[in-house]
Amino acid sequence: MKTIRKSLAELHTLLVNKEISSVELTGEYLDHISEFEPKIRAFITVTAEKALAQAKKIDQKIAQGESIGPLAGIPMALKDNLCTEEIVTTCASQMLREFIPPYNATVTSRLEAAGAVLAGKLNMDEFAMGSTTESSAFFLTANPWDLSRVPGGSSGGSAASVAAGEVAYSLGSDTGGSIRQPAAFCGVVGLKPTYGVVSRYGLAAFASSLDQVGPLTRTVRDNALVLNAIAGYDVLDSTSVPFNKPDYTQFLENNVKGLKIGVPKEFFEHGLKSEIAELIKQALKTYEQLGAEIEECSLPHMQYALPAYFVISTAECSSNLARYDGVSYGYRAEAEEVIDMCETTRAKAFGPEVKRRMLFGTYALSSGNYEAYYVKAQKVRTLIKQDFAQALAKYHVLLSPTTPTVAYKIGEISEPVACYMGDVYTIPVNLAGLPAISIPAGFVDNMPVGLQLIGNYFAEGLLYRAAYAFEQNTGYYQEIPALLREAD
Amino acid sequence: MSYQDKYEMVCGVETHVELATKTKIFCACTTEFGGEQNTHVCPVCLGLPGALPVLNREVVNLAIKAGLALNCEIAEFTKFDRKNYFYPDLSKNYQTSQYDLPICKNGRLEIEINGESKSIGITRAHMEEDAGKLVHSGESITTSDSSYVDYNRAGVPLLEIVSEPDMRTVDEVIAYLQELVQILDYAGVSDCKMEQGSVRFDVNVSLRPLGSRELGTRTEIKNLNSFAAVRRCLEYETERQAKVLNKGEKVIQETRTWDDSQGVTLSLRTKEEAHDYRYFPEADLVPLKIDPEWVERIRATLPELPAAKRERLKELGLSGYEAGVLTSSKAMADYFDRVMQNYADAKVVANWIMGDLSALLKANNRSFEDCPIKPYQLADMLKLIKKGDISGKIAKTVLEEIYTGGKDPAVIVKEKGLVQIRDQDALEKIIAEVLAQNPKSVADYQGGKEKAFGFLVGQVMKATQGKANPELVNKILKEKLQIAY
Amino acid sequence: MRIKAEDVEKLALMSRLELTEEEKAAYTESLNASLDYMHSLTKLVTDTVEPAVHVLPMVNVFREDRVEIGLDHKQALANAPEAEAGSFKVPRIV
Repeated sequence: MKTIRKSLAELHTLLVNKEISSVELTGEYLDHISEFEPKIRAFITVTAEKALAQAKKIDQKIAQGESIGPLAGIPMALKDNLCTEEIVTTCASQMLREFIPPYNATVTSRLEAAGAVLAGKLNMDEFAMGSTTESSAFFLTANPWDLSRVPGGSSGGSAASVAAGEVAYSLGSDTGGSIRQPAAFCGVVGLKPTYGVVSRYGLAAFASSLDQVGPLTRTVRDNALVLNAIAGYDVLDSTSVPFNKPDYTQFLENNVKGLKIGVPKEFFEHGLKSEIAELIKQALKTYEQLGAEIEECSLPHMQYALPAYFVISTAECSSNLARYDGVSYGYRAEAEEVIDMCETTRAKAFGPEVKRRMLFGTYALSSGNYEAYYVKAQKVRTLIKQDFAQALAKYHVLLSPTTPTVAYKIGEISEPVACYMGDVYTIPVNLAGLPAISIPAGFVDNMPVGLQLIGNYFAEGLLYRAAYAFEQNTGYYQEIPALLREAD
Repeated sequence: MSYQDKYEMVCGVETHVELATKTKIFCACTTEFGGEQNTHVCPVCLGLPGALPVLNREVVNLAIKAGLALNCEIAEFTKFDRKNYFYPDLSKNYQTSQYDLPICKNGRLEIEINGESKSIGITRAHMEEDAGKLVHSGESITTSDSSYVDYNRAGVPLLEIVSEPDMRTVDEVIAYLQELVQILDYAGVSDCKMEQGSVRFDVNVSLRPLGSRELGTRTEIKNLNSFAAVRRCLEYETERQAKVLNKGEKVIQETRTWDDSQGVTLSLRTKEEAHDYRYFPEADLVPLKIDPEWVERIRATLPELPAAKRERLKELGLSGYEAGVLTSSKAMADYFDRVMQNYADAKVVANWIMGDLSALLKANNRSFEDCPIKPYQLADMLKLIKKGDISGKIAKTVLEEIYTGGKDPAVIVKEKGLVQIRDQDALEKIIAEVLAQNPKSVADYQGGKEKAFGFLVGQVMKATQGKANPELVNKILKEKLQIAY
Repeated sequence: MRIKAEDVEKLALMSRLELTEEEKAAYTESLNASLDYMHSLTKLVTDTVEPAVHVLPMVNVFREDRVEIGLDHKQALANAPEAEAGSFKVPRIV
């Protein structure tokens, strides 16, 4: 197996034992990026020089006999809506094409402090609005399993880069499924943590009350290791929760005996592809064989989740994206008067999907509509929280498919509502603020399928345990795209 | 003819007051006034992508304090909301403010108008952030071809205090504003530096026919930054509205701006846009729960407020006028109290503070906040007068000496040899000389010209460089003049 | 309720988006499609339900009133489309 397909723990051992240096390892990844980027196009920016400089620092530490952390010296990449000081951060929008943040997102700082090597910034749907990465203002990203298909979105670059072995792991952001859906489409592990577990400081906001940053990795253990580094209270984010952060790897036990799994029947509706339903049934059998208890349950208000999500996310985005006005940073169109400057700037630099959502959000917040749409949606949010609370009082975790279909063909999805339908199983989780993980659960039409596990607040550890047992007993994670096999 | 012959004014005021914190409301940038443009900024107040607000605890403390000082109810649960509108001085194009659940509501304050007391209602007070500052390249906003944005002020904490439309005359409005600013100053909620824009007023004003109970159509005039501007603006706007009504026309409900140089209000015509601020809860901040213990903790820190202080000063024997002047600024009132701790004659202390000391500060462009004469020094000087060591006249010189040199009065009196001559023999000798040198005046006095006595006193004071004890001089002179020459 | 082309114009002004005639027509259609999709939501009776702004019941998160150094002048203006005399320069306001 190629070095770059090893797990974080294996790579760490190689570094510590001086079997490979971080500079060599980083070089290998950078070569791999050069080789595969023409096909995958996951990166908006590759930061080769900075990566090698950081790698050199880690090598010096190792040479001086200093102990290094589990992520030190290993290349990774960040979704391009996470601020990186002195490195352009575009949100895949013309608006921020040349924007260089003067500060780091908290997750960026934490990874840097952990010795992580930043290899670059990843493509995404513009301002994280989309499910295919096709709304990127720059270029399409391909799914490594089938280059004619999308990687999912909005963290499409994050999923594709990990699946293609271009980095050991990546970070994405998840507002309605934007980590889990591309993870499922690309056959990797993606976690959306409990709202408040990972700081949002420095994450260019889409919808403040729904956004969470999380890791995309090849394995569950890798995921736990990355979460260890990025989770935890941050004074710079008022919604970040002060809690006792455990070592998430301690939960990685191949044992789910007595684990009670609820299977919400509403998550098997809405055009679920029958082959995917079949794979999920097999997964349930696997769990049963491992000693878990399976039971069907119900989350009665799920049909309202999508409309409520649409109202809340567009309302928040209409306000969050108001700051992009051409005054103090970002794109500016020339005009005689400031209002024209602002209107033209926004007209030229935002893509159609972003505009559509801002217009609807403005509508939902306007006087006369506020109660009927915005307040109503917030009430639905309460109902959805209650549904989950009741189910999670009875079951340790809830299990569902991550998506109703496998990755779409590029250009297949044009009608916006259909696109949200792909997020139908992931969106309710964001409305409730719960943690959920998507793990590989097999293949349909040679494309990866994801299984979603939803846990109670702060139960990331339990999710990891349930995910780890499944992973260890199925081994889907060992499959690699044909593209990579050919290259070997 | 004045509008008052036919109409009654109805006025309410929104007061924006800068809270006296060290840092901004949602970030750790300094609130210090001045500073080069865009040097007190960070990702948060510049509204950079990904930056998030964290509430300054002191802002809440001060808002509670203001609320208590204004007899408001303090909300047990309160939250922030976004007010959405585009303007280049607003870095995020929304202002983080409070909408339906303000921190303070249902307060009031008392004003005194023509000797009568009147209660003015405070509808609410809420916390919000200030915007940045726009500087225009041309003469005014309308003639500039470009503007410059400075975000140093962006995110400075404000408390917006909304009054009920309880005021019926311009004098009432000014009395309300003076009392309000005084209370906020006393409570230490704001430094109330009007010249630095720490306090700004938006007035809502309408007219209605005398005797009518219905409200007329109002206009709002925004961003007035002094009492004088409010007075002139209201005087203009009431007459303007009266003219409109007298012509049988209707007042248009609108926002107007005050042009101080022309002394007129002007309609602010902007691009057609219905005002729809699309307020909604700020998800980047969590709500506030204010328990009674917190409120009581703040209440315990409230100092004596102006109304109570005025009453206390009157009980000390001062007139209403004197009490009013002494409490007009907290610094002056505090100064009075501190002098009184060492010299408890209210009348005398008041006279000196309101008279010579105020004049001295004014002449040097200073205030009681940075008065170089320490309260104990003034008290010590008053003691010297009382003891008879110096005269009132010499005291004026001593006061100036303390002001410029900072030395204690006793030291100054000693160094400069300003101690009064109260030695009977010494004075008799000097007076004998004066009488010998001025035989004509002596004769005049003895011939019945009382005026000559004053001249002789003056001559004695001159000979002693003002140091002679005046009572002693009078006494000796009279005795000597009765002896026939 | 249907969204009309004038409504979209108003929304576009409030959102500071200049739209072409074609865009206006397209957004009118697409916003109405979204509204149709909201139908189930508007029908749901929620009179006794409290709205949820935040998912976790957190209150009273504060920062202490201590000054920290922010961005230096150069950093603050580094991304400015147009800067002059230490400020962000913008075209005429009205």
